[in-house]
Amino acid sequence: MLGYIVRRVLATIPVMGVVALFVFSLLYLAPGDPAAIIAGDQASPEQIALIRASLGLDRPFLVRFGEWAWRIAHGDLGTSIFTNLPVGHMIAQRIEPTLSLMLLTLVVSLLIAVPLGVLAAARQGSLVDRGVMLFAVLGFSTPVFVIGYVLAYVFALRLDWFPVQGYVPLAGGFWPFLRALILPAATLGGIYIALIARITRASMLEVLSQDYIRTARAKGLGRGAVLFVHALKNAAVPIVTVVGLGVALLIGGAVVTESVFAIPGLGRLTVDAILRRDYPVIQGVVLLFSFAYVVINLLVDLLYTVFDPRIRY
Amino acid sequence: MQRRTLLRAGLAATAALAVPPLASPALAASAASRVLRFIPQADLAVLDPVWTTAYVTRNHALMVFDTLFGIDAQYQPQLQMLESAATENNERTWRLVLRPGLKFHDGTAVLARDCVASIGRWGKRDAFGQALLSATDELAAADDRTIVFRLKRPFPLLPAALGKAASSIAAIMPERLAATDPFKQVTEMVGSGPYRFKADERVPGARVVYERFADYVPRADGTAEWIAGPKRAFFDRVEWTVIPDAATAAAAMQNGEADWWEQPTFDLLPLLKGDRHLVLEQLDPTGTPAMMRMNQLFPPFDNPAIRRALFGAVDQGEFMTAVAGTDPTYWRANVGFFPPGSPMASSVGMEVFAGPRDTETVKKEIVAAGYKGERVVLMIATDFPVLQAMGNVGADLLKRCGFNLDVQATDWGTVVQRRAKKDPPDKGGWSVFFTAWSGLDQFNPAGHVGLRGNGLNAWFGWPNAPRLEALREDWFAASTPSLQKKICEEIQRQAFTDVPYIPIGEYLQPTVRRDSLSGMLKGVPLFWNVHRS
Repeated sequence: MLGYIVRRVLATIPVMGVVALFVFSLLYLAPGDPAAIIAGDQASPEQIALIRASLGLDRPFLVRFGEWAWRIAHGDLGTSIFTNLPVGHMIAQRIEPTLSLMLLTLVVSLLIAVPLGVLAAARQGSLVDRGVMLFAVLGFSTPVFVIGYVLAYVFALRLDWFPVQGYVPLAGGFWPFLRALILPAATLGGIYIALIARITRASMLEVLSQDYIRTARAKGLGRGAVLFVHALKNAAVPIVTVVGLGVALLIGGAVVTESVFAIPGLGRLTVDAILRRDYPVIQGVVLLFSFAYVVINLLVDLLYTVFDPRIRY
Repeated sequence: MQRRTLLRAGLAATAALAVPPLASPALAASAASRVLRFIPQADLAVLDPVWTTAYVTRNHALMVFDTLFGIDAQYQPQLQMLESAATENNERTWRLVLRPGLKFHDGTAVLARDCVASIGRWGKRDAFGQALLSATDELAAADDRTIVFRLKRPFPLLPAALGKAASSIAAIMPERLAATDPFKQVTEMVGSGPYRFKADERVPGARVVYERFADYVPRADGTAEWIAGPKRAFFDRVEWTVIPDAATAAAAMQNGEADWWEQPTFDLLPLLKGDRHLVLEQLDPTGTPAMMRMNQLFPPFDNPAIRRALFGAVDQGEFMTAVAGTDPTYWRANVGFFPPGSPMASSVGMEVFAGPRDTETVKKEIVAAGYKGERVVLMIATDFPVLQAMGNVGADLLKRCGFNLDVQATDWGTVVQRRAKKDPPDKGGWSVFFTAWSGLDQFNPAGHVGLRGNGLNAWFGWPNAPRLEALREDWFAASTPSLQKKICEEIQRQAFTDVPYIPIGEYLQPTVRRDSLSGMLKGVPLFWNVHRS
């Protein structure tokens, strides 16, 4: 197992290298010029050229890539073209809101979606099952920003239970922190709950038809024990897989959710950087997201062995 | 515990949690009243007002930095950091004397050499500054408080240049910072303005914080108007919260989470108007004149007759309705090359916009002028609703006029890169784009880059109009406002002949504030004089 983990960790290095090359090339080829954006609408072409030169953006692709890759290899993500701040510092400033939002969404989604999926499977064909599936379809097909606006209108503007926008760091108190995150997490959780509830139901239905479940029932085990101890554990592998893959959904959804609720997280940092063509920031954030995704997939693979001891690496 | 008891306890706990945590309401309310919560038009990505002309950076700079002069409500420059300004030697020498006791935010005194270095850096980037420095033989500090300009020729507009509120302002910073290459960004914000920048609280893209500068000494005389007169800061802190989504910003205003939103979008104005705690106000009387800019290096718009023919089809009201809606409170048509109501505006040549718009006649005129069906590439920036609206109306207009139109919808970042290309439209170049600037930027020939006609060195589109350039030089030398105005009338007449761009109207961007705020000054967003009633 330890050997497998080491091999997987080592395998992330070439993966990240390919991602780095891909991201850098894509940004190089994409239209847009940060110097022109910095200089402002009324700057002359000559002034823009001078700013471009001062930023080193007029140098050849290979020189720029080489310098950037060398810095990355030394743990330096570079400096933002616009703010002149280290990209690492900007990411550090923004990581807490995004992590908090994603973790809260993940926890709440799992706490809601798994029981819903189990319930729907246990009562297949019933009104409960149909209700859960209807909720899942709605959650999956309604755009995140629509859910966000509706929730903000009802719970912030009309009922005044939560703020419309903003983020309060955990250091500012647990309740203010949670209060600012409830609506964004509910918004982001919609699609995730739908996804997990559906896969839980499908996986549970398959397991519930197995002989060992019939045996468990025949032994006189209670309904709860059969569903949550015997069936759910065996249905867990596909659920864990989808939870892991769904992190990509969370990342994409976080970009929209952070914009709708004005949360100063990595999603907004990415969008702002893309609109401005702040290349070092885009590259840094994309690398970070890619790394996080690789690590989450590794964790998912390792979790398989917990839920299914037959799996060996 | 019985089930009912448990439920009751749960409900009580939920209700308690739903109550905002105000341990000492009076204290919290008092602290909150000393904080102004502002939603700026965009993120403050760049701090250096010389490095960029972005308006949000200019607004930030007016808080942090002070200027030697400042324009008032009549657009006349008044002494600001200065105690006196006198001319000698047939107006070839200016002696500017600083007020005593001026301090930078780092505690050091503001000295004449700081001003000399700051003007020198600003003058290498700003168009008005360049004109001033090109007329200057020597700029020096005679002593700690006296700045001396020795000029090659009289430059009566010196106070106007140093006191302008348009980007880039002549911000005074310490010499050590002003020594930075003007094409490199200054990131340490040390000014002598009424608010100090809190670098430790800045979250780029999200939050900017300013603190009242306790050592700032407002002028004792004059009236607070625009950036002239005493700058009295009534808030201890000003917090800028960047909210990129307009609907969220509107909701934050309605919910009392923000006090002032700089630029509400036009589609949300009816919603905001309906809230009795919110007040819509027009702060900037100079408006935002918009333009259709054509590439004059390639056909068809290298032909002035074709450019001129288009005047007959342009309906400024149509453009502005698309931008700002049907309520004419928010826009003006019949706009020339200077903003209506500004000192240099006139009606010279405006008859081209009078009478019914006739695209059929224009179509014939364009063909008669030599249009051969060349492809016209129109770039529309879709990420700015205002620019997208102009672009869509413009696309329809150009099609109706018979142009072989290729509409390329993209984002602003791509437009600003592509418009710098001098390649032909079929080789990655362009033919037309739309933009709009603050009226302040189009106030006079000094800063109005759209009116430049210096060919390949001109602003994108590269008009070659020697007469316009000559008139601009005459304007700098004009000694009286009436003479300046007369020259601007001639400039406008010439512009209707050369057509460096086509004016398509002006929209008037309102601002929205909570009714508890008062004392806001006209002009750009200014954070002195404003207070909570």
